[in-house]
Amino acid sequence: MSRNAIRDTFFEECEELLEALVEGLSAMEEDAGNMDVVNAVFRAVHSIKGGAGAFALGRLVSFAHTFETVMDKVRSQELMVDEALMRLFHRSGDQLADLVEAARDERDPNAEAEATILRELEAYLGEEEQGGDEDFSFDALSLDFGTSADSEQSPEYPETPPSALRQFDIRFKPSRALYANGHEPLLLFDALAELGTLTVQADLSFLPDFDAFDPNDAVLAWQLQLETAEPETVLHEIFEFVESLCELDMSVTEESDTPDFDMETVTETAVMKPPPATLVKSAKVASVMPGAGSDGPPSPRTAAASKEEPRGPRPTLRVDLERVDRLINTVGELIINQAMISQRIEELELPAVAHLTNELEAYKLLARDIQEGVMAIRAQPAKPLFQRMSRIVREASEATGKKARLVTVGDSTEVDKTVIERLADPLTHMVRNAVDHGLEKPEKRTEAGKDTIGTIRLSASHRSGSVFIEIADDGAGLNRARILEKAIEKGLVVPEAELSEAEIDNLLFLPGFSTASEVSNLSGRGVGMDVVKNAVAALGGRVSITSSPGAGTTFTIVLPLTLAVMDGFVISVADQTMVIPIASIIETIRPNRRDLHSIGTKGFVISVRGAYVPIVDVARNLGLAPGAQDPGNGVLLLVSTESQGLTALRVEAIHDQRQVVIKSLESNYGAIPGVSAATILGDGKIALILDPQELVKLQPAAPYFAAVTSPRMELRHA
Amino acid sequence: MLDVLEGPTETQFEFITFSAGNQSFCLEITQIREIRRWTPVTKLPHTPEDVLGVMNLRGAVIPIFDLSARFGLGKTVDNERNVVIVAAAGGTTVGLLVESVSEILSVNKSSIQETPDIKSEAARQAILGVISVGESMVRVVNLDAVLDTDGGMVA
Repeated sequence: MSRNAIRDTFFEECEELLEALVEGLSAMEEDAGNMDVVNAVFRAVHSIKGGAGAFALGRLVSFAHTFETVMDKVRSQELMVDEALMRLFHRSGDQLADLVEAARDERDPNAEAEATILRELEAYLGEEEQGGDEDFSFDALSLDFGTSADSEQSPEYPETPPSALRQFDIRFKPSRALYANGHEPLLLFDALAELGTLTVQADLSFLPDFDAFDPNDAVLAWQLQLETAEPETVLHEIFEFVESLCELDMSVTEESDTPDFDMETVTETAVMKPPPATLVKSAKVASVMPGAGSDGPPSPRTAAASKEEPRGPRPTLRVDLERVDRLINTVGELIINQAMISQRIEELELPAVAHLTNELEAYKLLARDIQEGVMAIRAQPAKPLFQRMSRIVREASEATGKKARLVTVGDSTEVDKTVIERLADPLTHMVRNAVDHGLEKPEKRTEAGKDTIGTIRLSASHRSGSVFIEIADDGAGLNRARILEKAIEKGLVVPEAELSEAEIDNLLFLPGFSTASEVSNLSGRGVGMDVVKNAVAALGGRVSITSSPGAGTTFTIVLPLTLAVMDGFVISVADQTMVIPIASIIETIRPNRRDLHSIGTKGFVISVRGAYVPIVDVARNLGLAPGAQDPGNGVLLLVSTESQGLTALRVEAIHDQRQVVIKSLESNYGAIPGVSAATILGDGKIALILDPQELVKLQPAAPYFAAVTSPRMELRHA
Repeated sequence: MLDVLEGPTETQFEFITFSAGNQSFCLEITQIREIRRWTPVTKLPHTPEDVLGVMNLRGAVIPIFDLSARFGLGKTVDNERNVVIVAAAGGTTVGLLVESVSEILSVNKSSIQETPDIKSEAARQAILGVISVGESMVRVVNLDAVLDTDGGMVA
């Protein structure tokens, strides 16, 4: 593995660790006393620091170090977590993420923000711990798992003098995996020996008979006794990377007469008292670290805690995305191939005795199964995406002086990787909007009798083959009068227009619409909801709004489960078979001549329930037919377009509705105006997939003025 | 599909010669993926005359160019012997409709001559060099120039 590959792995891992960090911090917000959570956060920061050290990422290391040191104070219960500290932790987490990103992209991170946070973090540290970039001696702070549960212990017991020697009894039985991962017990013992006087006794009781001996198996166990002044944390750190790979019991006896705070431990110690050492390693007692924290007497729970340690996440496999995509492509082929075979066999009109239909049906099901399975590989939980939003909510509420909390629901819902990636920006924008425009100021909320802290609810779910993502706020709801006023002001609607509530809401999606009367430094970035809508539409999805005054606004994004297949109508246009996405079609109309009205010489509109909708001839816009065909014979597909609202697309016929595998045209050729992609039909032929939005734009002049001849497109690239 | 031939020696290059627009051209064999019979393609809207459409090549959508038209030599006339040469360069795969494929040419590097100084810049870009075979001259096609869908090749 090249260094670069290792570096990539490090950053991939960093992402997971940062995820764990954010998750842990949110959990801490709920229950700061939960030491498992605090430890999880600590571990995440610590691991990032460790990795960063290996790549000589100095700034990352020093920041992580300071962060970790403060975290450790929380761990040792020296610091109580209050709201301010929690906020600082969140910001530190964000900053750490920024630093990781900066290190990955090899650019300079924002030094100012870093310095501010560092200063604030350092304010929580005592003198000694400050400024020690290379000094990793936070070890001296003790870890006391037990205190939250055994509350009688920590307050009562005074700090153990740092110099007091204590004896740890450690039983250590490595598993096979420990060796498989390249760990070496001797090195662990060496490390222990450096802490004090170590006695090691090998326990051979697990050795099987020679006949049954498997040289690959881990049969040795060790009984260790360590006399040291170091707190138990230090010991645990030595075992940190092997704890899940071995059986580890640690118990402690004070050098002085230990109070029987735990009979069990004492008994155990007594029973397992090792015979005289067979291997003795001794070393000087390590000098006492500066700034030793409270050495609360380590509780017997420690041993239990390490056993309870979850076995870690389920095993996963990192796979190059390209390989997955190749597989998906091949499976797409399989589906097409299966369709072709079915078609051919049907054409043969074999006698029913062949039983081929059953087999064929089974083949079809298997192919679908494989396809679904492969697609599932690309699917990823929405969690990381949602987690990123918690930062947005935090930043947005800080910038606007509003109070907001993010509630996520269904973040284990799996969504296609590309969807997740491409949804990040629109979602960020919507969440920011929800805080900036959706929520009221705290005073207003109090007036309205609401909790001063607003709630942004982000939820994901699967419903009928689609992914639903909702962004809901419990703010004031849309100010429809204001929206309408604004739209009229901007000339987006005529003043006398009678609009339904839903229609008014949808004005938000019009290009060039921005409601914020005062441009805040947050949302006023020239990005409107229309951008969000386009981004979602590009993923084959749609956005809708519901809002009720005083109760809040909900944006719903509906996305296809996968980007690789799509439901489409198979249509014919100028004798060519094409596909149009069903998602884009509002309704299909077989026009009644009575409803058709011509404008100009060749332009037509159709009246749909009283509204006149322009008709766009698809063949003509694609340059496949010289002029507009008679819209009276043919089918009209009603679509809603950004550029000209409702439009009826005239095609010759609709043949079928089916799921098609999307094939990019751009990889080998380039973009073609009006065409989003291609697909392969059952007969092996390629059909183009139309893009209604672009299709109607092909003739920017109002399509119903027929004087315009078919557009001369000289571009090959849109 | 052509059989894989023995690798050329250091100075030897192998070309497949074909005719397009009544002229003789060749492409280096390593750039050619396969040679297929002509089958009707799916037309693309808003494309120039030399872009015939797209074809399904084992699941990939590849564009088919009429090489003769692309070189400004007029559209290829429908013929039984017409074939599509599937060629790839730099991750892009295309099909080139030609009148017919002739033979495999094995030549030394030294026998590839520079393109004679002709006036048309576009034509010069499209031709890497020429090889003389007996009485005739075979033009070595610059596949990159053919694949460059941005630039109009020749008028």
